[in-house]
Amino acid sequence: MSPRDAVAARPDRPAPPPRPRRTGPVPVALLLPATLGLLFLVLPLAGLLIRTPWSTLPQRLTEPGVLTALRLSVQAATLATLLCLVLGVPLAWLLARVDFPGRRLVRALVTVPLVLPPVVGGVALLLVFGRRGIVGGWLDSTFGLTLPFTTTGVVLAEAFVAMPFLVIAVEGALRGADVRYEEAAATLGAGRWTTFTHVTLPLVAPGIAAGAVLCWARALGEFGATITFAGNFPGRTQTMPLAVYLALETDLEAAIVLSLVLLTVSVVILVSLRDRWLSSP
Amino acid sequence: MTARLSVLFSVMTIVALVGCGGGQQSSDPRPGAGAVAGDVTVFAAASLTESFTRIGEDFEAANPGLRVSFSFAGSSALATQINQGAPADVFASASPANMTTVIDAGNGDGNPSVFIRNQLVIAVPDGNPDGVNGLADLNQPDVKVALCAEQVPCGAAARKALDAAGVALTPVTLERDVKAALSKVRLGEVDAALVYRTDARAADDDVDGIEFPESAGATNDYPIVVVKNAPNRPAARAFVDHVRSSPGQSVLTAAGFQAP
Repeated sequence: MSPRDAVAARPDRPAPPPRPRRTGPVPVALLLPATLGLLFLVLPLAGLLIRTPWSTLPQRLTEPGVLTALRLSVQAATLATLLCLVLGVPLAWLLARVDFPGRRLVRALVTVPLVLPPVVGGVALLLVFGRRGIVGGWLDSTFGLTLPFTTTGVVLAEAFVAMPFLVIAVEGALRGADVRYEEAAATLGAGRWTTFTHVTLPLVAPGIAAGAVLCWARALGEFGATITFAGNFPGRTQTMPLAVYLALETDLEAAIVLSLVLLTVSVVILVSLRDRWLSSP
Repeated sequence: MTARLSVLFSVMTIVALVGCGGGQQSSDPRPGAGAVAGDVTVFAAASLTESFTRIGEDFEAANPGLRVSFSFAGSSALATQINQGAPADVFASASPANMTTVIDAGNGDGNPSVFIRNQLVIAVPDGNPDGVNGLADLNQPDVKVALCAEQVPCGAAARKALDAAGVALTPVTLERDVKAALSKVRLGEVDAALVYRTDARAADDDVDGIEFPESAGATNDYPIVVVKNAPNRPAARAFVDHVRSSPGQSVLTAAGFQAP
């Protein structure tokens, strides 16, 4: 029996959890903070909408800089997510499935970019990948490659900040997944690589998708590490958050319009991805 | 435990009362009395950090019973905060545009006055390895240059200077403020940046500031004003006078600013 058959032969997916039963009214002690929490998250968005200059919106949206920054943002965030998938899924697997000394330390290190102020992350990236950096200096002298002030630099900065979101989500999915399928595959003669590609990956695909969406959203909104490591130049490294920041210096309404564009695009993409990948049975 | 708590409480009460007393005193303007007292809060552009801290110490020494506290940030952020009701006594801006925002919103007490000017220099790594002598030297393919974005004062001044010199320069980055542009030189990521003379001088160990003639036509005026709803107006006025006095001006010119 091949490992592929092992997957095919696995029992049906467990039945979806039963719908929550209504057993009396919602407790006020939960409803009140829940409503306040929702308002707290939504009111600032309402604030943006209230101050939006609707009358001049069309002409502001068609300014050439807006589309350039938006395109760059979406491209860079997507490439950063791909990079995070290629590197982050194996890393999550390592943390979840392989018992090695110092695993707890490595897990803590993975979350460092989450707590590090992004500007500090940008400086740290410069010290490693910059022209005088440990790796960057070698790249520059050997291949003539410089990363700061390039779109590649934007992708690196975004991936640095966003990868922990993917790793944590995928590791959680791996830990929650039933290891018996993987064990069955191993019993049937599948090696670790075959088990990973044919059993583990399909098993945690929803977790990977959820992690990738979180990762993409974080990359799209990235500001501090990007402006510090990749600088700010229209068409090359100026993503939407950077354009918003600079617009705030002179023109509040322009900043609001740019924020609104970024918000709309990210919500549309996230909702459509969610419907396609995450909610389907 | 209870005794300790009550001691703590009475100490806090005393502190609060003393604090109130100071506030009361300061809200009672006594023209004619030379000394000012209480707290005075100064919102000042980030480029004034070193010199205003020094001036504040001198001002406190000359006025016992007075405390100066500073909030240093980008001028546009400070202008927004003041217009949103932040309790500032004095606003010192790095550009007339941000001052105009505050004045137009009716938040200035009287007219602002320009108290210093700042001028651009070319910041290059210590020892000037590329031998930069003027703006034209920056326009070479292998010389990476950082400018400030045109939305912030140092970027507007850089644009003016480059236009005056007729140099069509393509920078690798348009930084968010002058300190960020300078740090790209200090980290070795760019070969040159246009920054204020005061910033280059403050980073004397890492960078050299190269003067260039076109900067004379692109100086940046720094206006200062007493905020309309200043909690401590007498002290605010005294502080502005001190900044404009010769001891204040000599601190500023020592840092690289020019007298207006």
